[in-house]
Amino acid sequence: MSTVTYTADDGTVTTIDGRAGDSIMETAVRNGVPGIVGECGGSLSCATCHVFVAEQTRELFGEPSELEDEMLDGTAVDRRDESRLSCQLTLQDGCEYHVTTPSDQY
Amino acid sequence: MNATLIVGACQAGVQIASVLRERGDTAPIYLVGEEPHRPYQRPPLSKGWIKGELQPDDVILRTREWFAERDIELITGDRVVTVHRAEDGTGTATTEGGRRIEFSRLALTTGASARRLPLEGTDYHGVHYLRDADQAISLQPALADENARDVVVIGGGFIGLETAAVARGLGKNVTVLEAAPRLVGRVVAEETSAFYLDAHRRRGIDVVLDARIARILGGDARVAGTHGSVTGVELEDGTVIPADLVLIGVGVIPRTELADQLGLDVDGGIVVDAAARASDGRTVAAGDCALMPNPYPQGVGGNIRLESVNNALEQAKIAAASLLGEPAEYRSVPWFWSDQADLKLQIAGLSTGYDQVVVRGEPATEKFAVLYYRAGRLIAADVVNHPAEFLAIRTALNKGGTIPPEAAADPTIPLKGAVVLPEAATL
Repeated sequence: MSTVTYTADDGTVTTIDGRAGDSIMETAVRNGVPGIVGECGGSLSCATCHVFVAEQTRELFGEPSELEDEMLDGTAVDRRDESRLSCQLTLQDGCEYHVTTPSDQY
Repeated sequence: MNATLIVGACQAGVQIASVLRERGDTAPIYLVGEEPHRPYQRPPLSKGWIKGELQPDDVILRTREWFAERDIELITGDRVVTVHRAEDGTGTATTEGGRRIEFSRLALTTGASARRLPLEGTDYHGVHYLRDADQAISLQPALADENARDVVVIGGGFIGLETAAVARGLGKNVTVLEAAPRLVGRVVAEETSAFYLDAHRRRGIDVVLDARIARILGGDARVAGTHGSVTGVELEDGTVIPADLVLIGVGVIPRTELADQLGLDVDGGIVVDAAARASDGRTVAAGDCALMPNPYPQGVGGNIRLESVNNALEQAKIAAASLLGEPAEYRSVPWFWSDQADLKLQIAGLSTGYDQVVVRGEPATEKFAVLYYRAGRLIAADVVNHPAEFLAIRTALNKGGTIPPEAAADPTIPLKGAVVLPEAATL
C-alpha cells in the first residue's frame, strides 16, 4: 500500500490509498478524484492526466520518456518543470506521493 | 422519487451516473450491465489484454467503493429484458434475473455487439470475435498457444489491425483479409490507408485487399454438438489460407432492442438529438448505440454514430444534463486513438465532407500527419507517431481554429505557431 495526495487547483485535498503497480492516473480515476481525466486509459494518447509533481515525489520517478515529453508540450495548461503525465507514474509499495492537478485537462 | 435507470454498465453508463452524483442528484441510480464483470475499459482488450499483459484490476473503470460511496446500485450479470414507460414518464423494467426496477428517468447506454459474419464455418473451434471482455478472455490464451501458428484476421479495420499487430508481435504468421480495396476505409483517407498497408506489410503481415471469402474450413470432428477446429479460410478463387486461429472483426451492430420496445426512432442506432434525447423527448441514449446529429464540423449535417471512448464520455455528460432538465448540446471535437505494433494513430475531428487532404511529413518515416480540409478550413487529422502535432491540432479545432494548408504541408513550420484562431480566442 502507498498513499497519493492530490491537491486540486482550487486547493481541495484528496488522499487515496494506492495499489503498487497502479499509476497515479489510474488511482485518481478509479476513485473519482477530480482534476484528472485519463481518457485514453494510460496509453499515452490524450494528455488529460497532466499533474505537477511535488519535489520529494519527483525523486521517486525517473525522467519522462521521449513520447511523454512530447505530449507534455501539448497539455491544456502549459507545462512546468515539475509537469508529468500521471499515467506514467507507477506506484511502489510503502511510498507517499504528492501531486497538484491543473485547472484544465482539455 | 426520481430514480434513474441506466441500461449498460459501460463507459457511457458509468459517466452518466458519475455526472448525476456530481451535480447533486441524490435519487436512486440503478446501473445494470449484462456482462458478469465490473464496468471496464474496452480499448485495452484489443491491445494489452490479448497480449497477456493485463489483469482484470488493470482495466476496471471504477473501484467497488466508488459505486458504494456514491450510492449507485451496480447490477452486473443481469440483463434488462423488458422496459415500459407510462404517459407520465414513470416506468418499470424487468431483468432476466427477475428483478423489477421502477424509474422515472431512463438512459440507454446499451452499446453494440460484434457483427457476425454470415459465413459457413464460423462455429469451428478457434474462430473468435472481439468486442466484450469474455471474448478477449477467450482469445488471449488462444493467441498465446504455441500451436496456433497461422492466424487469419477477417476485417482490416481497427479491431482487426490491432489484433493482427499483436499476433504478429507474438511471432505468428498473420494474414489480414479485407473486403474493401483499402484498410480502415470507413474512417481514414486513402493516404492513411496506404500507409497502414505498407507499415503492416513491412512488419511481415500478409494483407489481402478486395478479399472474397467463400468459407471457413475446419476439421471433420463435428459430431453431436461438438465442433472441430478451424484449419483455414477459403477464398472464392479457391485459394486456401491455413489458419489455426481466425479473428473476425467486421464492425458492430448497435444494441437497440430496448429502444425498439419503447417505440423510439431507430435507424442503425438509437436516434437522438444534440441533447442526447431520443425521439420520445425524455429517454436519453449515449455511446456506441446512439445515432446523433454530426457534432463537428458545424454545418456538415447528417447523423453519425461514433464508436470511441471520447464520444461515450462527452455524450454521456450531455445525456446526464438532459436527465436533470439542464440545457446541454454536444459540441466537442471528437478524437480517437489506435495502437498497432509501435504505430500510434491519433485522430482529431471528423473528416466527413472533406474536399482537400494535406500530407505533412513523409509517411515512409512512420511519423507524419494527414490533415483534412473542407472549403479551406481544417476539420480533422490523422496523426501517426507524433503526439505533439496531434495535440496542437486538437487544441486548434477545440478553439475553432484552423491551420493554413501551405503551413501544414511544410514540416519545418511548427504547427502550434501556425494555428489561426477566430477573433477573441487565444491558445
